[in-house]
Amino acid sequence: MHEGHLSDSMQTGLGVYYFLVALMNLGFAAYFHYHKNDRNQALIWSAVAALFAGHGLAYLAHRGWILPEGFKNSVNYVMGPTTYFVAAVAGLAAFLYWRRFFTEPVVAWTILQVGLLFSGWAMTDYTFQQIITKPDNVPIVMLIFSVGFFTWLPMRQAVINDDRLARGEPPMEKLEEEKVLVWPDLVYTELICMVICTVGLVIWAVALKAPLEQPASSSRIPNPSKAPWYFLGLQEMLVYFDPWMAGVVLPTFIIIGLIAIPYIDFNQKGNGYFTFTQRSFSVSTFLFGFVVLWVVLIVLGTFLRGPNWNFFGPFEPWDPHKSVPLNNVNLSDYFWLMGFGQAMEGMGWFWRELPGIVLILVYLLALPPLLAKTFMRSYFIKMGFIRFFILVTLIQFMMLLPIKMVLRWTINLKYIVFIPEAFFNI
Amino acid sequence: MALGDSIRNSQVWKSIFRHPAPRDRRNRIVVMLTNVFLHLHPVSVRKSGIALSYTWCMGGITFFLFLVETVTGVLLMFYYRPTLEHAYNDILSLRDVATLGILRELHRWGAHAMVISIWLHMYRVFLTGSYKPPREFNWGVGVILLVLTLLLSFTGYLLPWDQLAIWAITVGSNMARATPILGHEGPGAKFLQIGGVELIHSGSDARFLLLGGRFVGETALLRFYVLHCVAIPLAVGLLIAVHFWRVRKDGGISGAL
Repeated sequence: MHEGHLSDSMQTGLGVYYFLVALMNLGFAAYFHYHKNDRNQALIWSAVAALFAGHGLAYLAHRGWILPEGFKNSVNYVMGPTTYFVAAVAGLAAFLYWRRFFTEPVVAWTILQVGLLFSGWAMTDYTFQQIITKPDNVPIVMLIFSVGFFTWLPMRQAVINDDRLARGEPPMEKLEEEKVLVWPDLVYTELICMVICTVGLVIWAVALKAPLEQPASSSRIPNPSKAPWYFLGLQEMLVYFDPWMAGVVLPTFIIIGLIAIPYIDFNQKGNGYFTFTQRSFSVSTFLFGFVVLWVVLIVLGTFLRGPNWNFFGPFEPWDPHKSVPLNNVNLSDYFWLMGFGQAMEGMGWFWRELPGIVLILVYLLALPPLLAKTFMRSYFIKMGFIRFFILVTLIQFMMLLPIKMVLRWTINLKYIVFIPEAFFNI
Repeated sequence: MALGDSIRNSQVWKSIFRHPAPRDRRNRIVVMLTNVFLHLHPVSVRKSGIALSYTWCMGGITFFLFLVETVTGVLLMFYYRPTLEHAYNDILSLRDVATLGILRELHRWGAHAMVISIWLHMYRVFLTGSYKPPREFNWGVGVILLVLTLLLSFTGYLLPWDQLAIWAITVGSNMARATPILGHEGPGAKFLQIGGVELIHSGSDARFLLLGGRFVGETALLRFYVLHCVAIPLAVGLLIAVHFWRVRKDGGISGAL
């Protein structure tokens, strides 16, 4: 198979895929028709089903439809680490702000269908196909859809609960207070769940062979060399930080921060039910950390980082010779060279890096009391000194990554503090 | 009918189950109390607590996948020798020669799924605020279990000893040499010296401890194998016991107060 041509088996696979999606939409239409008596919605989703079925027929007939080059080129052109990350942050913010709209089943369903349609279209591209059909990348596809679904589901329940709480009613979880016996109610659920998981896992194992590449060789270095997929968020941080930060300090803070959550969250509300309004700060922070800084970066590292860890658009062939200008500058250069016009030769590392060191110290030491006096005053009063200091420090370390990203994109900043003599670069 | 009854009335059956089938309320309670596996559960739970829309069943799925990994892992150990001479070829023959050839697939896909399911379990626990008192400690246990799950997956990644394995582990373990103080390319390591002799160098730092050498080689393979098959599973098993015990002691599945 070569570029611009779809293999027969791929076309058959796509045809089956489109028919499955069409069936899903028929089911959704039937739900509206029979359950909700909503003729309009039933009609809309039948039409969508027909659209997918049309795609399915075309691919089963091996018509070989592929995405137009112009479309692929414009997607590649728009995509970059900046647009990708900013879009993810903006998407999360919009989702949280307009959560009532986005969690409407019809809206969420529409988003899913658009995603499925684009996935199908994208699969006709040779490069995209090569990446996504790597056996070890299949879990990422599962991850994307499951995290999407399991962000929609709790937020949907949170919106409903928040409305109930606003009316002075208890959350839905409170409605079914009566006790049921674990046998049969829970053990059977568990049994069915185990059976479904077993069947799913066996099908997956039969359908897809575990990858086995050439025998290990310490002289042939693959390009790109990627960590296992669940660590690709950390590997992506290597773009912005040295290994001691990206690989050791920040992961340590993630673990400590996660363990610390119950001890710094003083909010007693929202224990045992889905809610957003009662816990808007903690839920938003966690969503930002998990969905954006973890999952979104894993997806970036898997699909969009190619040879030499360069960024490649989803339809851009992985060219190992792609050259990306490296014109990043240290803060000390900005300060001494451009600020004062003074050469840095002969300067000791302390004086050279003093601006960066002061900046870091101000960020870590002066910001918490400043926040305690201003924006987060109510938090400080409720939490006390130690809890508040830990909370702010943890959030500051989490925000180091997006801050460094923005500095890199805007002023090409390489290091804030650069002391290679001691491997101490931030 | 007669056969079923005679089986259920036999001495053997009664010696195993000690009570009639769980068809009425009394025996449904008794079955939970007399079976060592079932007694991880309480006898009764709030209906809202076990709703699928609430728990997503993700903790249970994670535990189930851990059991799948244990069983398939033990079976895989029959076929696999962690040495440079044999490792890769054993995986090859497992793929091409051994019957029940999907063992390694079950193990690998199960591991991927377990990483996802443990994240989703944690996601659910966070979004329902279930880490709040009195469950603070158990959340911490869960975080450690999360880290151990990732380490299990990471150590297992090396064992096939192919290009994918060795370079993923090289990328990952290279981080260790940048550990502050304890890595030879980490900040502060230079200060640890006596009379000009550096204490932390590439033959004595955190990375060396992890790999048993200066690069990913035979000693690393053995270390990862032992960690993967013995040390980490034991720790996980212990912590799962604590985790489940504390779920019960902290009031069962969380729910609106």
